[in-house]
Amino acid sequence: MADAATPTPHAAEHAAEHPSYLAHHFAGIDQQFEAGSLGMWVFLVTEIMFFGGLFAGYAVYRHLYLPGFEAGSRLLDVRFGAANTAVLIGSSLTMALAVRAAQMNRRKALILCLILTMLLGAAFLGIKFTYEWSHDYEDHLVPGMGFSYPGPNAPAIQLFFCFYFFMTGLHALHMVIGLGIMAVLVWMAARGKFDDGYYSPIEVSGLYWHFIDIVWIFLFPLLYLVGGRY
Amino acid sequence: MSAAPGAPAAARVDYLNADYGIRSWLLTTDHKRIALLYLGTITLMFFVGGTLAVLMRLHLIDPAGALVHPDTYNKLFTMHGIIMIFFFLIPSIPAVLGNFLVPLMIGAKDLAFPKINLLSWYVFITGASLALYSLVAGGVDTGWTFYTPYSSTYSNSHVISMAIGVFITGFSSILTGLNFIVTIHKMRAPGLTWFRMPLFLWAIYGTSLIMILATPVIAITIMLVGAERILHVGIFDPALGGDPLLFQHLFWFYSHPAVYIMILPGMGVISELITCFSRKKIFGYSFVAFSSMAIAVISFLVWGHHMFVAGQSVYAALIFSLLSFLVAIPSAIKVFNWTATLYQGSISYEAPMLYALGFIGLFTMGGLTGLFLASLATDVHLSGTYFIVAHFHYIMVGGAVMAYMGGLHFWWPKITGRLYPDMWARIAAAIIFFGFNLTFFPQFMLGYLGMPRRYATYPAEFQILNVMSSAGASILGIGYLIPLIYLIWSIRYGPVAPPNPWRAKGLEWQTPSPPPTYNFETTPVVTEEAYAYGPADSAEEGAHG
Repeated sequence: MADAATPTPHAAEHAAEHPSYLAHHFAGIDQQFEAGSLGMWVFLVTEIMFFGGLFAGYAVYRHLYLPGFEAGSRLLDVRFGAANTAVLIGSSLTMALAVRAAQMNRRKALILCLILTMLLGAAFLGIKFTYEWSHDYEDHLVPGMGFSYPGPNAPAIQLFFCFYFFMTGLHALHMVIGLGIMAVLVWMAARGKFDDGYYSPIEVSGLYWHFIDIVWIFLFPLLYLVGGRY
Repeated sequence: MSAAPGAPAAARVDYLNADYGIRSWLLTTDHKRIALLYLGTITLMFFVGGTLAVLMRLHLIDPAGALVHPDTYNKLFTMHGIIMIFFFLIPSIPAVLGNFLVPLMIGAKDLAFPKINLLSWYVFITGASLALYSLVAGGVDTGWTFYTPYSSTYSNSHVISMAIGVFITGFSSILTGLNFIVTIHKMRAPGLTWFRMPLFLWAIYGTSLIMILATPVIAITIMLVGAERILHVGIFDPALGGDPLLFQHLFWFYSHPAVYIMILPGMGVISELITCFSRKKIFGYSFVAFSSMAIAVISFLVWGHHMFVAGQSVYAALIFSLLSFLVAIPSAIKVFNWTATLYQGSISYEAPMLYALGFIGLFTMGGLTGLFLASLATDVHLSGTYFIVAHFHYIMVGGAVMAYMGGLHFWWPKITGRLYPDMWARIAAAIIFFGFNLTFFPQFMLGYLGMPRRYATYPAEFQILNVMSSAGASILGIGYLIPLIYLIWSIRYGPVAPPNPWRAKGLEWQTPSPPPTYNFETTPVVTEEAYAYGPADSAEEGAHG
């Protein structure tokens, strides 16, 4: 609480209540909370457009090269994709529980839920990396790193794998950033920064985490399910 | 005559003298100081880009090319376009005037996320440094549009570093747009309803929507180009199964809305200037406000008009043509409403007003010639000619830069607390208007006669018009140097500005010039509509003049 309020002529305006987490330029904690929340929503809109460019490219090339894209899709292992979908949905549940724990002032439950979220996120990345990407590499399916495919439609399949790696790679990058955010939240929670009056970083980070989850919900059927197999 | 005029203001603490030293600027989170950081950066970029333009025009004095090798010429027009668009026009009004004014106009202490605001400037200068590095290292010759395969298969210049620079800079405008949207939604002073807001804020809001929705798409597109070059895969390369047209679609999905990122804030500035110097309420406030939103929305539906001759389907082209005509409606609403605001106003011709009037005329010409290009048949003839160059310079320079200069002059006393010499400012405005038209009007004629853009040489019959254009460019260059000199002069030697030198309405004029760090001594309460220039106000003006 030491450095929050520098004495200024208008200090009287909000001298009544000025907790350490209230930034000076906001009129009150509600305004700060709403601004933070809206800011994250706006950011997620830009994220949708960011992934949207890739989805558009995927749609165009899928339309142009349907047989190749279907053949490419069949080269992916749907079991791991399905397992990862379950893992991610589970992590969204623990994230939601973390927000609830923060609202109810239960610090231990908050820390536990955040750590569970991190573990599930790490499990997702682990499955992705060890059971999918490294196998793709061994099978020469990574474009630009010795891609070769003996069957027909090789160029289209390479294009499919371009989009597969861009989309899942960008998604994984967001997961890694999310894990970093979670680590900071755990650290802050352990130091008692949050209570039922101030938990907006948890809620806002939760929005981000759920967004990553939803992106995967679209990636999974587009890359693993539609076409070819079912 | 040393700095004597500065003495009276010495007692008061404002955002400029609250703190000294380089750290207090580079680590500031004050939106006003960040606006000045942006001002310095983009002024540098403006003169770099302007120098490249002058070199181009000098080269084109002679039909065979007077100055540089054709390869160098390719780099000149490419670098001019990239620097002016991504590093000057897009940040110009939003990041400088918007940063300075949005919190002041809504009666807030700062933007919603001051640290993100500072971050956006660091992101911007990182991108700008990469762009300048690419320029010094040898330049880029793809055209500012980075079309594949110029930028991929056949590129031999510094495309990667330049593309990364543009990519990084994009995040600075996303962060700025995000900050403005949240600030305008959540931080308005008591009583400041949406329909009491100055129209500048509506324009900035529309601009911010475009920034957050369009910029991510160019980011991902540049990433795909980079991946194509680094991994040698065929995303846009037809030899490897890619589709170069997809690049153009994705590029213009950003870059057409980006045109409105550049012009919409200018329209907001003009609404402020026209009302103040006609001492009148804006004609049809809600129409002007909603036309900003309409332009923002329609801007996303017209990108295909850049590709009429690129091979997209005829039916798509028909739809894009129709949609492009729709943009004319909200644009015309603005022009008509500004003109109607002038009607029976008590007009005075201070320098900002000269820029505003210049804007209306030049923007109208730029807009109307846009309709030539939205029509399929005429576009086939005019595509890729100097007509295009003239058209977008009438919008971008005649429109956006005029508005930026007008706004800079209008709010300069608020920003610096000093007045500039008005007579010099009027002379400069007149020189810029004259030089601009001499530069670009001949280009309409050249394009109509069939001279293609982006060539280092041209047939001898086009020389007279080209020489006129080059002469105009030198006049325009001088016109831009004069304000640079007297504005810098005014910071030290200009008379001290009163809080409201133009007797303008709006919250930013109700706080001292320059404002204190937290903008207002007490949070203002708004009780009236914007532009309440009443009859009493006009009468006073009449007695005065």
